[in-house]
This record gives sequence, C-alpha cells and structure tokens, in this order.
Amino acid sequence: MELAKYMRGRVTVLALEGELDSATSGEARKRISELVPSDGAALLDLGGMTYMSSAGLRVLLLVYRQVRQLGVPLALARLNPDVAEVMTGTGFIDFFTVVDSVDDGVEALSG
Amino acid sequence: MSVQWMDTVPATAAAQSLSPDSDPCPTGRIAGLDVRAGRPLPFGATRVPGGINFSVYSTGATAVTLVLFRRGAEEPFAELVFPDCYRTGSVYAMTVFGLSADDFEYGYRIDGPWQPERGDRYDSSHILTDPYATALGGRETWGEPDDRKYRYRARVAPDDFDWAGDRPLNLPMQDLVIYEAHVRGFTRHPSSGVHWPGTFAGLAERIPYLVELGVNCVELMPVLEFDENENRPSGLHNYWGYSTVGFFAPKASYAAASRYGRQTDELKNLVKQLHAAGIEVILDVVFNHTAEGDERGPTLSFRGLDNRVYYMLTQDGHYYNFSGTGNTVNCNHPVVLRFVLDCLRYWVSEYHVDGFRFDLAAVLGRDSDGSPLANPPLLETLATDPILMHTKLIAEAWDAGGLYQVGSFPDYCRWSEWNGRYRDAIRRFLKGEPGTVSEMADRIVGSPDMYLRRGPVASVNFVTSHDGFTLHDLVAYNDKHNEANGEHGADGDNANHSWNCGHEGPSADPGVLALRRRQMRNALVLLLTSHGVPMLLAGDEVARTQHGNNNAYCHDSELSWFDWHGLAANADLLRFTRRAIAFRHAHPVLRRRWHASGHAHGALFPDVSWHGVRAWTPDWSAHGRLLAVMFHAESTGAAEGAPDTVYVAANAHWEGHDLELPGLPAHLAWHLFADTHSEPYAAEPGAEPRLGDQERVHIGPRTVLVLVAREPGGS
Repeated sequence: MELAKYMRGRVTVLALEGELDSATSGEARKRISELVPSDGAALLDLGGMTYMSSAGLRVLLLVYRQVRQLGVPLALARLNPDVAEVMTGTGFIDFFTVVDSVDDGVEALSG
Repeated sequence: MSVQWMDTVPATAAAQSLSPDSDPCPTGRIAGLDVRAGRPLPFGATRVPGGINFSVYSTGATAVTLVLFRRGAEEPFAELVFPDCYRTGSVYAMTVFGLSADDFEYGYRIDGPWQPERGDRYDSSHILTDPYATALGGRETWGEPDDRKYRYRARVAPDDFDWAGDRPLNLPMQDLVIYEAHVRGFTRHPSSGVHWPGTFAGLAERIPYLVELGVNCVELMPVLEFDENENRPSGLHNYWGYSTVGFFAPKASYAAASRYGRQTDELKNLVKQLHAAGIEVILDVVFNHTAEGDERGPTLSFRGLDNRVYYMLTQDGHYYNFSGTGNTVNCNHPVVLRFVLDCLRYWVSEYHVDGFRFDLAAVLGRDSDGSPLANPPLLETLATDPILMHTKLIAEAWDAGGLYQVGSFPDYCRWSEWNGRYRDAIRRFLKGEPGTVSEMADRIVGSPDMYLRRGPVASVNFVTSHDGFTLHDLVAYNDKHNEANGEHGADGDNANHSWNCGHEGPSADPGVLALRRRQMRNALVLLLTSHGVPMLLAGDEVARTQHGNNNAYCHDSELSWFDWHGLAANADLLRFTRRAIAFRHAHPVLRRRWHASGHAHGALFPDVSWHGVRAWTPDWSAHGRLLAVMFHAESTGAAEGAPDTVYVAANAHWEGHDLELPGLPAHLAWHLFADTHSEPYAAEPGAEPRLGDQERVHIGPRTVLVLVAREPGGS
C-alpha cells in the first residue's frame, strides 16, 4: 500500500493506493496516524485503493477516533461503492463525510 | 504464503504499543507458531497483545488440539496440541502470536473416551466449533450449502463498533408493546422496497414503519447462528432458526455486511438505530436444545467437548428429549449454567439487547434427570445477575416434555411469561364459546389468578405468535392446513380455538369477509386494552396470511414473508392497529404495574369494575357472551391529577345489545374511541367524538367498543 500526503489549503490530503487488508493495515494505520494533522482538516483519498478488507474498515474507524480526539474534521473521498455499502449497512458511514472527489472534499471541509 | 502470513503482525511490532508492564513475548513454538501458556479467562478466542488467546474447557478430555485454518481454506494450516502445562483444571489455554483476527478460523479436536453407554462421545476425528465463538464462517449466504468437510468454523469477531453513547433503553415493562418479527421474513419480500432485503440492515431501513405503528419493542426470532440447511434432503429450510449452532455468533446471512465479516456490526447497528427510535430489542434465544440432535445427529461442538456435561442423558447414555428435537441441554449443570450466563451477559454487554425470550423455557427448570426443580439454579442465577439486572426475561413456560408452567414458572419476581392462557381465553371468547366470560375477565386484567404477586408485567399477552395461525388465519380457518410441511399435515398444534367465520379459507362472501375483519379488530383492541404486556405478531396489522399453515417453520417463501403490499390492501386494519397502540400509550390506566384491586380507595370509581347490559351488573353465567370492564385511576403518574377512565365492552354474541353506561359526573362525558362494527372503527386518540347518548350505547354483534371519559372538548 502506498501513502502520499499533500496540502490543499488547510486540508491535509492523504492519498492511499493499493491494498488495505490485514497484511498491510498495521503499517497503514501507523503511517496515517503520523500524518493526520493536529489542526485544520483531513481528507482520505481512497480512489487508488484496489482492495479493502474488514481490517481496512478498522483502519478507517481508528483514524476517525484519532481525529475526533483532535477535533479535526475528516472526509473520505472516492470510496469504493462496495465498501460504501458495507459502511452504510453497519452505520460506520455516519461517522464520516463522504464525497465523490478530492475537490468536493476540500470544499466540504473548507466550508 | 505461511511465512508472509507469520510476518504480518510480528510480536515485536505489536509490543511497541504496549505498556512497559506487558509481557507479550512467546515462550515456545508449536507447529511453527510462537505460543505461550494462555489465560484461562475469558473462555473463547480473544485478542491480546501480539496475537490471540484461546481458552476451552473439557472435563473428560485426554488431549486437546487447536486447529487453525486460513479463511476459506479446505484443510487446516496448523494443529497445535496443548502441552499439559497449558492446562489449568480442565481448561486448556494458549496464546498464539502472529495471528490476525481477520485472517483465520479455528476449531478444536478433543481426544477422550468413546463410551456412549457411559455418556462419553469424544472423537478427535471431528473438528469442533468453539461454543464461545463470536462469529462463524461458512454461513454468509442464506440457503447456500456449506459442503466443506469442516463446517461452522469459529472466528474472532471485530470489536471496533462505536456505540456513540447507546445503552439498553430500560423502558418500564408495563409500557411495552412488543412486535414479534423474523429478521429475514420482515423485508425479504420484493415488496419491502429495501436496499438490503432480508437482513439486519433491511430491518433498520423499515424502522420508520415501526415508529409509525407505535410499537416500542421488537422481539427478534432467532438471530444466533443456525443452519437453515439442516433439513436439506427434505428440500425445506429451517426458516425460523430454533436450532442454534453458535450461541455467541449472530446469523451471518442476516447481514449484508457478512461478506466483509461485519455481521456483528450490522446487528449492533440495528440495535443502535432501534434504540435511537425508542424501540427496545428482545432476542428469542434457544437454550433448551442444540443443533446436534440425538445419537443420529451431527457432532458439531458440545457432543464432542463434554457430552455428559452439556446434555441430559439417560443412565445408559441416551438423550432425553424434552425439547422435541432430539436432545435436551443440561441447563442446571453448573458448567452449562455458567455457559448460558456468559452468553446472555455477552449479548447484553456487547450488543446492548434489552431482553430475552427463552424458547421452551420449562426445560431450563429441569434437573439433569429431567425432573422439574423447585428452585432451579439457572433461573435464579439469571434473575439475580448484576449484568442482567435490568434485562427483560420472558419465558415460554412450557416444553415438549409435557411440563406446562404458565402461572407457575419459577420467577424470582423477575421473570415474565408468554401467557398461553391469555391467548386461548381470548380466542375462545371471540369464537363465542359459552362459559368463557369469567376466564376472559381474569385475562384482560393481567391474570391476577396467576400473577398477583408479580403484577401484570409478568403476563406477556398475545393472541397470535410465530407459532400457530396468524391473526388473519385464526379467523379464516377452522383447521390447520400444513400439507406443505412434508408431514402429511400431521405437524402443528391442533388446539387452535380458531373459527373461519362461515367458510374455510379464501372467500368472496362479503359477509364472511366483513366478519373476519371485525374479528381481527376485536382481537387487536382487546389485546391492546388488556393489562399486561401486549405482543403483536408482525404482519397481523395488515392481515398477513399463511393460507392456514400454523407451523410455517420450514418455509422461506411468500408463505412466511411479510408482504408489504398489505399496507395498501389493508390500510384500514393498519390504521386501526396504529390507533389502538396509540390509545394504549395515551392511557396509563391500561398499563398498570400492579393489579387492580376492585376497590375505589376514595376515588370516583373502583380501579376496575365489571358491567354488562346493565351498568355495574356483569353477567358471569355460563351462557353469557358479553362483558364490559371499566378501568379508572385518579392520578396516573404520567398526567398527575388527571383521572383516566376507559370502558371496554366486548360482545361475542351474534346479536347486538343496548348497553347502559356507568354514569359520569357532570363535568365528564363518554367519548367513543373504538367501535369495531362501524367505520371508522377507531378514532385518533385524543380526538374521540362525544357520544350523543351518555346513558346508553348500542354494541353490534361480535363487536368491541372502547369508550373514554373526559371533559367535553378537551383531551
């Protein structure tokens, strides 16, 4: 799994690529948690994900808890429809702002 | 592959996040995996720093082996025999490092004596399901057979659900209106229009319907993992699910999210959403038997772990069958008792459920030899447990061995009961059977003859449940029609106390149809104005039919599903039900915590009084078919100081009568809430029209009237 970070104004964008499963989730969680800003806003761009397992969902929940503690708004962009389905059925989706594109996310978080 | 898998969560990496006091280091290697002696508690498989702790007990084992599978693999990738030094008492515990909960499944092999005549059936050729497994693999898709050699594989459920402050609602028992529903059947029908038909998520989509109906408790038929394919050679399903395979595991195929292993979260989210809507959740749990059947049944778990402990056995090692399904769980054995307790504690603490309904609960009061106990340890334990202290406990207080304990179930002032005698009394009265008025009177005031010490909350009143006719069929069939069940129509109850209103089955006769609809309204409004806790069967509010089948346990089809077309087709009955529920919520006098005494205690009227064609003169004779009851309270708590007076007249006679009404003081007047004979059948509570004649009212044939006393113009 690849992870890139860049800024769009006050919004820290973290772009994830590749597979997020139990084999990669430990490291992904650690790296994302290091890159999550302590102020401003955070956007996870998941458009480059090729696979996400239950362990990947857990990473998203842990990131959510981290930003909640920090008071940093968080959005998810370009979520895979199947993952979005599962997140809706389990109610996880309610914890996130979900947007179709990075631009939409930056706008939502900057508003 | 195995090396990479081992490297995914190395113990050292996991250790980085630990406190300095933790010691996650392996002390040995078994079957290529890093291990150490585990913790005996908690039982089951638990996430611990660096890996998973496994703990299982077996009193008669000579050796225990932990069997590990990669998810989806046919054969295990490792079998770890527990060293003797990993055993404490009869508990075998081991921590295995480097396992990620998302990737593996497990089971146990138990070595021990094969001596069926002495009750021992240890057989290490079976890989057994951990009774404490929090999720099972292989049953994610409803109806899809699992033909693998080793089925029902234990998994470790995710534990990252965020409840966001939710907790059990703790609604007062007397305020409940229970709605008994089947998770799959509720939204499986194409007409449900939900995104996830037949699932927990689908049910959650329909919460607005429940809110509008006004129920504040759903009782879910079994959602603990079962195998709907267990009768597969017959071509029928075990649709109801009273045959548990995993007591700590939610049914995976009831979750759209099970393909991500997230069935636990989907059920938790359903509970959370129901709670947010003010609706409690009661689970129907089956501890009287397991899916292993008798000697001829499969060895899945308990039989191979400790047959003699878990099951009631005859002296020569055969299975007692008080459940009617082949075996009987030995519930009052101290080990089994603790298993049941652990299980219920888990569902309350992990899933926030509000209560349990115990299937064939008379079994739970039997000793190891089957004899009924005066003071059953299990029932007392559940009644007094701190975690279960506010959990509703409802017994189906009979079993298939002939023990019928409605009214005499060992209750410890905690247990409620499905009041089967309420069901039968209301049915017989509505049919017009002679000699039923007196018993009906006892039933509608909370059965004080049975529950005086516990109060009406001990009585869960119902006219229909999943087991038997639907309400529509109760008034459309004299006899059961169970030919589709594959037993030549022999299965199912014969004592239905039903009446077809003049024609068996579907009818085009407007008179027959009108009478049936009136009888349904009669049953619903009597149920919803009775003291005790009313329970509705899902679908009865829209006249759901099973075409006369009174034992539809094996049908996963339109026969058993909730048809949402019924909302439009039976809009009048749905509206009537909704208003009757709202009327109950609006009148605390119908929701007494303790039985009425019949005395006035200085009030305007007695708390309960009986009437007939003449006020204050009930007809208790054997040929009587009409009875009226007036409930009264000066101060009902909810509206302090406001008197609450409700008059219910039930006429099961085929002729109408003129009733003299109890006289009211000048500032009050009788208002008509419901007249099941005449449209609109029920008013919106609070907007009931004033009766023109305050002294007399006509009650039609086979009709129930409900009046409320209040100041004219006010509510």
